[in-house]
Amino acid sequence: MSETAGGGGVAVRRVPLLRHIDPAVATAFACIVVLLLIGSLYSREFLSPGYLLQQLKVASFLGVIATGMMIVILLGQIDLSVPWAVAMGGMMACAATAHGQIGVIGAIPFGLLCGVALGLLNGFGVAYLRIPSMIITLAVNAVAQGLMVVHTGGFSPQDSASAAMRFIATGEVAFGIPHSLIVWAIIGAGTVFLLNRTSYGRAVYAIGNRERAAFLSGVDTQRAVMIAFAISGGLSAFGGILLAGYASKAAQAMGDAYLLPAIAAVVLGGTSILGGRGSYIGTVAGVILITLLQSILSVMQIPESGRQVIYGAVILLMMLLYGRGRRAEG
Amino acid sequence: MSDWRFRLAERRGTLIALALFLALFALYASKHPAGFTANVVQTAANKGALLAFVAMAQTFVVLTAGIDLSAGMIFTFTNCLGSYIVAGSTPTALLGCAGVLAAGLACGALNGLIVIYGRLQPIVATVASGSIFYGLALWLRPQPGNSDNFNSDIADFMTGRVFGVVPMSLVALFAVVLAIWIPFRRSTTGRAVYAVGSSEMAAYMSGLPIRRAKFWAYTLAGLFASIGGLYLSFITYSGEANFANGGTYTLFSIAAVVLGGVSLFGGVGSAIGAIFGALAFRTIGDLLFVFDLDPLYQPLFQGVVLLLAVCTGAAQLFRIRNRLDLFQ
Repeated sequence: MSETAGGGGVAVRRVPLLRHIDPAVATAFACIVVLLLIGSLYSREFLSPGYLLQQLKVASFLGVIATGMMIVILLGQIDLSVPWAVAMGGMMACAATAHGQIGVIGAIPFGLLCGVALGLLNGFGVAYLRIPSMIITLAVNAVAQGLMVVHTGGFSPQDSASAAMRFIATGEVAFGIPHSLIVWAIIGAGTVFLLNRTSYGRAVYAIGNRERAAFLSGVDTQRAVMIAFAISGGLSAFGGILLAGYASKAAQAMGDAYLLPAIAAVVLGGTSILGGRGSYIGTVAGVILITLLQSILSVMQIPESGRQVIYGAVILLMMLLYGRGRRAEG
Repeated sequence: MSDWRFRLAERRGTLIALALFLALFALYASKHPAGFTANVVQTAANKGALLAFVAMAQTFVVLTAGIDLSAGMIFTFTNCLGSYIVAGSTPTALLGCAGVLAAGLACGALNGLIVIYGRLQPIVATVASGSIFYGLALWLRPQPGNSDNFNSDIADFMTGRVFGVVPMSLVALFAVVLAIWIPFRRSTTGRAVYAVGSSEMAAYMSGLPIRRAKFWAYTLAGLFASIGGLYLSFITYSGEANFANGGTYTLFSIAAVVLGGVSLFGGVGSAIGAIFGALAFRTIGDLLFVFDLDPLYQPLFQGVVLLLAVCTGAAQLFRIRNRLDLFQ
C-alpha cells in the first residue's frame, strides 16, 4: 500500500503547472508577449479584444489539428498525412451535404469517419507493419490525395458546407467569443484529461520514452499507437470540416498550409520531437505563437514569398533556441 | 572469386530495381502507339532523369538514416533560378549553370549545418528549410515565366540525342554517376556515410568522421536536387514556383529510393539503384496512358504503388524471432 501512495505522490506532484513550469513553455509564452508588442508597434488595432478574438478563432483551426499531431509526436512518431486528411475531412463532409436530409445531418460524422479511417491505415502500418511513420504517412497522404482528385475530378468541389458546419466554424457566443474557440477548448480539455488522467495517456508517454519497456509493463503498445494515429487522423479531418465551414466550401490544397504549422506548434510548445515529454498547455502556446507570427507577417504587408522565408527562418531559429535534441546523442 | 555471393547480396536491391524497370519499360514501349523509337525513349528519359536526379539527392541523406523533405523545394528553387541565369551567350549561360549548382550546394550545406550543429531532427529541420527555399523560389518567380534571352542551345543540347540515338539526359546521368557517385562511394567520407547509417554509435566509436559524412551527404543532396532543377529549366525553358510540384517531387523521390532498394533505416543501398527506382516509378505512372486509362486516376495509382512499395518493408517482420525485437 505504501508504494501505491508513493507512486500517487509523484503523479500529484507532476500535475500542478505552476510548481513545475517547463522552461520551453515559459519561453513560448514569452515569445507570444514579444510578438504582441511587435504587432502593437505596427498597428494599434493589434491589442484590441476584437482582433485578439479573431486571432483565437483562426488559431482554433490549427489548434484542433495540432492536438492530434501532438499525441502522435508524444509517441515519438510523426503524422505527415495532415494535408490531405484535412482536405479529405472538408471535402467528404461537403460531399455528404449534397445527399439529402440524412447527408446534411451526417456530414460532420462522415467527414470525421473518413479521417479516422485514414488514421487507422497510418496506425496499422506503423504499429503492426513496423514501417517508419514518416514514410507510411507520406504514402497514405499520397493515396488520400489520389482519392480526392478522383472524387473531385481535379477541380474545386462544388458542394457547399452544411449549416451545422458553418455554425461551429463561424458562429459566436456572447461577447464575440467564436464557436470554434469553444470547440477547441472542449477538444483541448478532453485531450488534457486523456493524457493526464487515463491509463491510455500514461501509456502514450511511456511508449514515447521506451516502447520496449512499455510493452514489458503490460501495455498493448501496438493498439495504443494505432489509436493515436486514428485520433490524429480524426482531428485533422475535423480541422478540415471547420475550415470548410469557415469558407463554406472545401478546396483542393486546403490542408497544405497546415503541416509545417502543426509540427512547429507542437515542437515550439516544448514537446520533445523524440517523444515521451510535453504538455498540452505548451501546444496551446505554440499554436497561438504560430498564429500571431502569421498574422504579424501579413499585417506588415510582406509579399507571400518573403512570408514563407521569414516564417521558415523564424521557426528554425526558435527550434534552435529550445527544441533541440540532447547533446549526448551520437 | 569465392565472394561472388556477398557481392550479389550487396547489390540485390539495385539489381531488382533494374529488372523491374526493364520489365515495365518493355511493357510500356510495346504498348506505346509509336513503338520503341528514339523519340519515345528520349521523352521518357528526359522525364525520368528529372526524378532520377532528385532520387539520387534523397539517397545521400537516406543512407545516413535521415530524410530530406526539402529536396523537392530545392529542385523548385533552382529551377526558378535557372530560368533567370542560364541566359545570354554560351559562356555566360554555362556560368549560369554553375551558379545554379552552387545555389543547390549552398541549400544542401544549410540543411547539413542545421542538422549537425543545430541538432534538430532531419525531418523537422528540412520541412522548415523547405519553406525558406520555396519562399525564395516564389520571390524569383511570382508567376511562371522565362528569361527573354534564355540560352536554348545548351538546353536543346542537354535534352537532345547523341548520335541521333542515345538521349543526352541518360548520358548526363551516367556522367554524374561516374564523376560524383562512384568516387564518393569509395572515399572515406562515403564509407563513413554508410557507417553512420548502419550505426551512428559504432561509427563514432570507430573514429569515423561523422560530422563530415553527414555534412557532405546533405550538401551533395542539395547539389543533385539542383541538377534536377537545372534540367527542368532545360526542358521547359522556364521556371515555376509550384508548391504542389515541389512536394510531389519530394514524395516521388522517397518512392524511387524505396523501389531502388535503398533502406529507409540507412546504411543500405546505392544511388544507382535509386536511378532505376526513379525510372521504374516514372514508367509505372506512364503505363496508365498507354493503357488508355483516365489520367485522373494517375495520382491515386502512384499513391497506391508507393504505399505497396513501402509496405514491402514489412517483410522483415518474418525474420523476427523474439517479439521484443519489434520495439527498438
